[in-house]
Amino acid sequence: MHKKACVAMLLAGGQGSRLGILTQKLAKPAVPFGGKYRIIDFPLSNCNNSGIDTVGVLTQYKPLALNSYIGIGSAWDLDRMNGGVFVLPPYVKEQGGEWYKGTADAICQNSNFIDRFNPETVLILSGDHIYKMDYSLMLEFHQKQQADATIAVIEVPLDEASRFGIMNTDKEQRIIDFEEKPAEPKSNLASMGIYIFSWPVLKKYLFEDELNQNSTHDFGHDIIPKMLADKRNLRAYSFRGYWKDVGTVESYWQANMDLLGERPELNLYDSKWRIYSSNPPRPPHYTSTTAKITNSIIAEGCLILGEVENSILFPDVYVGPGAKVKNSIIMSGAHIEDYVLTDKAIVGRKTVLKQGTVVAAKKLDGQQKIVVLDIDMIIPPHTMIEASLSCSPPEDALCKREE
Amino acid sequence: MIDLMGIINLNEAEEHLGELSRSRSLASIPFAGRYRLIDFVLSNMVNSEISNVGIFIQHKYRSLVDHLRSGKDWDLARKRDGLFVLPPAYTRTPMQVHRGDVENLYSNLDYIYQSRQKYVIIAGANIVSNMDYRGILEYHKNTQADITVLYTKANCGTHDCVRSNILGLGPEGRVLTISEFKDTGGYQNMSIDMFIMKKDLLIELVNQCIARGDYDFVKHCIIKNVKRLKVYGYHHPGYVARISSLQSYFQHSMELLNPHIWKELFFKSGLIYTKVKDEAPAKYIHETEVTNSLIASGCYVEGKVENSILFRGVKVHKGAYIKNSVIMQKGNIGPGVILENVICDKDVHITSNKQLKGEYSYPLVIKKGRVI
Repeated sequence: MHKKACVAMLLAGGQGSRLGILTQKLAKPAVPFGGKYRIIDFPLSNCNNSGIDTVGVLTQYKPLALNSYIGIGSAWDLDRMNGGVFVLPPYVKEQGGEWYKGTADAICQNSNFIDRFNPETVLILSGDHIYKMDYSLMLEFHQKQQADATIAVIEVPLDEASRFGIMNTDKEQRIIDFEEKPAEPKSNLASMGIYIFSWPVLKKYLFEDELNQNSTHDFGHDIIPKMLADKRNLRAYSFRGYWKDVGTVESYWQANMDLLGERPELNLYDSKWRIYSSNPPRPPHYTSTTAKITNSIIAEGCLILGEVENSILFPDVYVGPGAKVKNSIIMSGAHIEDYVLTDKAIVGRKTVLKQGTVVAAKKLDGQQKIVVLDIDMIIPPHTMIEASLSCSPPEDALCKREE
Repeated sequence: MIDLMGIINLNEAEEHLGELSRSRSLASIPFAGRYRLIDFVLSNMVNSEISNVGIFIQHKYRSLVDHLRSGKDWDLARKRDGLFVLPPAYTRTPMQVHRGDVENLYSNLDYIYQSRQKYVIIAGANIVSNMDYRGILEYHKNTQADITVLYTKANCGTHDCVRSNILGLGPEGRVLTISEFKDTGGYQNMSIDMFIMKKDLLIELVNQCIARGDYDFVKHCIIKNVKRLKVYGYHHPGYVARISSLQSYFQHSMELLNPHIWKELFFKSGLIYTKVKDEAPAKYIHETEVTNSLIASGCYVEGKVENSILFRGVKVHKGAYIKNSVIMQKGNIGPGVILENVICDKDVHITSNKQLKGEYSYPLVIKKGRVI
């Protein structure tokens, strides 16, 4: 096997339970985003664009959609003779197998995979964020600082800093102190969950941590504090640009809405830094003489006869005459029939809203909650839906019948 | 697996497509917002489980080869069979000027000979349709025909039939005559120049043609043998567009704005594949007026679009008004521009406030890469 300068390890096993219905049937990195993508497209495309061609994807929670989506990695040009993408689920060993107990444990259990490529550095990524980042610049920084570990940080508003892992650094970006969700943050440099480690150093810490009964085997909780305590050379790499955690339904919805408008912070139309994805073979979408589209993103294969406003439509969505889709995210193949109204809704893949149905939460003090509808549902005509709904086949009447 | 190989024989006259075919073959003329003409026949073959496709190319094939590459986008990058792009190999024909497609078939006869399928379908790239060849192969076997010719009932009052071949049919679909279209209107049985036969018969016909000094496959290998061989017609009832001139290109483009045709052409018996570009979905800014139009991915629309087709990555700026027009890939339509009955080839940039107008029966074509 050829030696690689850097191997990326993408932590994609998290459940993402705060996304509720969105992650009930699939892993968080596989959640659709932006009218075409899945969340994992962002780190994988960043890898490709940064010249990193070896990526291990650690899966654990409901991996079917994710595994079949990743395939052999051809969507991101990661189907390579040397390297490429590897899906790494937990596996059984001589002394029995076990699940990934934490982020550090997941890497530790796959140290043999990393060793195959004998890399100088390992890049740890997560499948939770929407951002475009050139990892090669961070790698350069890491090498220049001769760091043992480099953590990407982003400035966040100080009053929100207590939601993040906060770094305190000196003038040379050396990390002096790291606090996970501090009540009184001393700085506003938040960890982005992106780490570069020198592989021999990380390996040592991982194996030590493995033996520690009290450890939660987590990078933020265990590995980084231990390295700091040992006075290792840890550096903070400042990132400027759009970066959004999509861990909750609200932040997920907001990150989608952030794409709208004339000059969104995250430009998906930049041919120099493309976000790759699978490309379903669909024709251009059709807008009829009755269609009215305002400030929206619409994918291929859609058939629009009604009104679409401030919304994101995935491929193959049908919007019937007189229907109005407002402030909503409509996943692929959803069918919005005549005179349906959706406002601040997330409609799951292939769900059918029969005519006259209204999907919108009641406004309370000017605040409106987001309504999430599961995949493969069938909502009868003229239903009023004000709260999220999921369906559990086969007995549920709101589930589509198997054909 | 189906016992049928595909041959796409690029021999259509392309000079009638004017500027659109100046630097490309008819097969690679962009169509329907994101495709090239060849995508339709190629996808139909793949959707019919054909896994061995030979594309016999003649000239101006740079853009076509760039489009096809390994054939991966059509699932034709295979270990066994797959996509074969076959340029003319002049060395095998006697020292003379290259005259027609039979010479190309002849010089690549080894490929046909070595293919393991028993039957072959030969088609051009000028037919836009969504069809499944599996049923047609069954029909061919059941009639015990030597050759099955596919045809459509075409309204020859329009330009559709110009330079086409018309079938004279006898009882039970037997083809009695194939003759060049003469200027008579009404609905006629127009050949769409797709033929199913045994591979061995194709080899025999090509060898025979070459021995006689003939060079045109349809004219000499097929039509000359109509009396001698058992030739049957197969009527394809679905939508068929034959792209033979700039007028027919424009007219059939506009037909796609009918959602019934859109659905049939792109979803009926299989999807149409093309080279992927990884464009983001189309984006509408502010309040737009985009009606009765096809909008491909990567488009950025701020202006007004009516009865038009925007290919991938087209930008329509504020105050622009595009009516009855086709804007190909990466077109940039500046603020305040007004276009009517215009076909903009790829990478055209129309700067602010220009007004360009063609006629519906004679659309104005803007050359690839032009800045106006």
